[in-house]
Formats: sequence, structure tokens, C-alpha cells
Amino acid sequence: MTHAGGYVADSRIRAIEWLPWVLAVICFFAAPTYVPLGSYVLTMIIFALSLDLILGYGGIITLGHSAYFGAGAYAAGIFAARVTGEPLLGLLVGTLAAGLLGLITGLIILRTRGLALLMLTLAITSLCLEVANKATDWTGGADGLGGFKVQPILGLFKFDFLGKTAYLYCLVVLFLCWWLVRRLVYSPFGASLTGVRENNVRMHAVGAPVYQRLVISYTISAAMAGLGGALLTQTTQFVGLKVLGFELSGELMVMLILGGVGRIYGAFVGPLAYLVAQDYLAKQFPEYWYFGIGAMLVLVVMFARGGILGIIDALIARVRSRPS
Amino acid sequence: MNAMSDLLHLRGVRAGYGATVVLEDIAFALPERSSLAVLGRNGVGKTTLLGTIMGHTTLHGGAIEYRGKEVSQLPVYERSRLGMGFVPQGRWIFPSLTVEENLTVAGRPGPWTLERVYDLFPGLAERRTHMGNQISGGEQQMLAIGRALMGNPALLLMDEPLEGLAPIIVDAILGVLQRLIREESLTVVLVEQSARLALEVTERVMVLNRGCIVFSGPSAELLADPARLANLIVV
Repeated sequence: MTHAGGYVADSRIRAIEWLPWVLAVICFFAAPTYVPLGSYVLTMIIFALSLDLILGYGGIITLGHSAYFGAGAYAAGIFAARVTGEPLLGLLVGTLAAGLLGLITGLIILRTRGLALLMLTLAITSLCLEVANKATDWTGGADGLGGFKVQPILGLFKFDFLGKTAYLYCLVVLFLCWWLVRRLVYSPFGASLTGVRENNVRMHAVGAPVYQRLVISYTISAAMAGLGGALLTQTTQFVGLKVLGFELSGELMVMLILGGVGRIYGAFVGPLAYLVAQDYLAKQFPEYWYFGIGAMLVLVVMFARGGILGIIDALIARVRSRPS
Repeated sequence: MNAMSDLLHLRGVRAGYGATVVLEDIAFALPERSSLAVLGRNGVGKTTLLGTIMGHTTLHGGAIEYRGKEVSQLPVYERSRLGMGFVPQGRWIFPSLTVEENLTVAGRPGPWTLERVYDLFPGLAERRTHMGNQISGGEQQMLAIGRALMGNPALLLMDEPLEGLAPIIVDAILGVLQRLIREESLTVVLVEQSARLALEVTERVMVLNRGCIVFSGPSAELLADPARLANLIVV
């Protein structure tokens, strides 16, 4: 779970960092039938990036991040159903709603650490789920919220049946999130988060406002998770209780661990590997597909603590250390 | 000493860890731009004194005033914001951050910038992209001092900054200390095992024994009287 390189060394964008974007554009043209899956993967990458910011850099262990994803999803859905289907405004509403929830809950729960914090994050998700379940007039309850229309982006780009607009929309939003997270991570603020994760007491001792920084990072992370949720609502034009479920938080954690925690790009690789494997295994072994996911996670946790990116790093190091 | 011109003023301080009291009735005043050596055997409360000023310990009684303001109830980061800098024993470098990240991690705006810290410690500038665990002990000590300076303190609390360093590095750090006290107008409290070195760079000295002050006076006075110094520290 290491901060792979300091901002001083790596603040410039390296050539390899353009690779995900190039691949995303290639996939758009080369695999048009997978574009809807691609949109979902891009949305989950945003969600995973938000978790990486607090877990990988801030060391905040949470199993309740779906609360913010769900808050953003429902806020965007309700906004589209009751006010307007303008997508950018909807994204803003989803982001702000989740950010506000993140700020309020963060102020309370970040006073605790460890197991207490973990339990509180679970409690928040459960509370949000129950509120969404009971407020049927607003959320549709167990039936979910649908039937709203999302207008063309900027009045120009209609959401099409094949999901091409949705894919490019998600890609642009992901790019902005990546840029923001990268700026944060490679800044003194990001370094201070790493310091908190590494040694909370030491950061207190050197005079850093640890609690404030945790609350700020938690709020940003929640807002970003809400942005991901709002994006999912707009691209699928439906929002159900699953977005607030504990299972989604667990899945997200698995995706991030699979990719590699605290390295930005683990949030790209993890959801991609998880969701593509899920798609493939569900087609090949409809009854046992979760076994494959479980086996993959066990192998990564036991033999590759740094996730898939950790394996790649180790292979590169081994090749470089070979005498020529 | 006029309390109004004092940077730091401790009155009847009792402090320790949890229910355990280590310091008893500590009282002293520290004017702006002064320097104080804190001496004593191991375990007499020197580190606890610095920890108490910074807010790391449990205060059982007394008052701590900084620039005339009672600060004993403030959290550590607020004391830092007011201008207290701390160089802890053992340096407390973050190994997975670079040298530059270690410097900026708790930085605050003010006259001390990265450029000025690098000017003070040119060796750190050369290693700015190295990770915290990839530099020598001497460089780590310079980094710990630099990190405290990046917080732009008026008061610098230093806990055994010369501990375990090679003589050439000790000389370099003493040179920096003298510069900070004489040219940069910082107020410095220096806890140090090496009494002679501490007395040479400070104006005043305080000797602790069993959590109490047993001597307070000019450093030069004690430096000129080795027998008395030995007697005080070995008491």
C-alpha cells in the first residue's frame, strides 16, 4: 500500500500515464458491443478513485462508501425526475449532495479510528439504505426510481441506444476526476494524507491538522463517489437500492485491492479486471462465476499485496535487475 | 523578565503521561530571540517538558502561555500554527515520502520557504527526490529541522538533535543552530545530552532532576564551572 513515488519526482505526466486513455478510445472503436459495459467500468473507476483517495492515501478504512455513491445517484435521479433532466446540472446536484453528506458524516465518524470507524461507515450506509427504502414517494423504494428523461449533453449530444454518448460522457468525467485526484495526490496535501496513513501520531506531533485534512479528503472523496453515482443514474436512466448496498462497498474494496491500493492506477486496473472477469465468468459459468472472483482475490491477497499493479512492478524490477 | 515580552511562559506546570506525573512545578519564562539549553540525566523529564509545551502529554496543573496567550488547552496543530516548531527525538521522518514531501507535509506560509531551507541545508536540495528512508541519519536530522522551519516557527523546540551523529555532522548542525539563534532571531529550546555542546550555543541553561528545575542561569556560568555542571547533572 505504498505511495508510488513522490510528487516532486512524478508531478509531470509520464508517457505511460496516457495509456489508459488511448486504450479507452481504442476500445470505443474496436469493441462497440462492449460500450455499455465500458461505461459501467468507467463509472466504477471514478468510484474506485474516490475510495483510493481516502483508503490508499488517507488510510481511512471504510465499508460504507456506497452511501455517497448512492446519495449522488438518488440526488441526480430525483433532480432529473422532479426538476430538470439537464445532465451537467444533475451531475452537479449529485456531487454536491454526496459531498455534503460526506462532510456531515465525516465530521462525526473521523473522530474515531480502526474498528469503530469501520462500524460507523457500515452504519451510515445502512441508514441511507433504509431512508431510500422508506421514502418511496421520492426514491421509488424497492422498485427503484426510473421513468425520467435525461436531456442531451450541452443540448447537443443525445444519449443513444448503443450507449456511445454515455461512454464518451463517462470518459470525459473520469478524465476530469483523474486530473483532480492526481493534482491532489502530487501536492503537499496529498503528501500529508500519506503521512497520516503512515503515522497518524507522528503527523499530529509535527503540527499537521490531521482531523481537518481527513475531513477534507473524505468530503472530496464522497463528492467524487456521488459524481460516479450520478453518472450511473444518467447513463442507465434508473436508480435502485443496490447503489446504497453494503455489497457494492465490498465489491468496490475488492476491485481496488485487486488493482492495487494507493497508486491511482490501481483504481483503473481493478474495476476493469473485476468487471471483465465477472462478465466473462458469468457467461461461461453462470452458476459458479463468483467462485472465480473469490479465487482471484485470494491469490492477489496472498501472493501480491500490491495487486495487479504490484505484480507488474515486481516483474519490471526483476527484468531490470537481470544482468545484461 | 517582563511577562509581556516573553515568548513562552510556564507557571507551575505539572505534567506527565496519563495519571503518571513526570514534571513538578515547572516555571520559567523565555524572552523572544533567546536560547535555552535543558540538561539533565536520562529520565528526568527533558523530553516530557518539550512534549508538554507542544501538547503531547497530559497537563495536570499550571499554565503555558505563548505570547501572552494561554495555550495549554489547544491541540498540537494550533500551537504549531501559533508559531511553535518541534524537532522530535528520533527525527520522525516519513519513509514513504520524498525529502521534499517531508518538508512540505506540515508547511505553512511565511519567511521560511523550500528555497531557504535548501539554502540552509544544501545537501537536502541534492536529495529532494529521495525517499525519507534513503538518506543518512545526518540528513534525516537536517530534514527534521527543515520540516520544523517550514512551519515558520518563532519558537523551535529541539529534542536531542545531535544524538547518534558523526562529529562532522554535529559541527554542521551546531553551525546551523547558531545561525538560527543569532541571525534568524529564532527562540530555541535545546534538549541535549552533550552538555558542553548545548552550553556553547545557548544563552541560558536549565537543569532538571526528577522532574524539577534544580538550576537556572546563564550557560556561560555553568560552562565555566565544569565541577558544578558535573555535580548538577550527576545529582
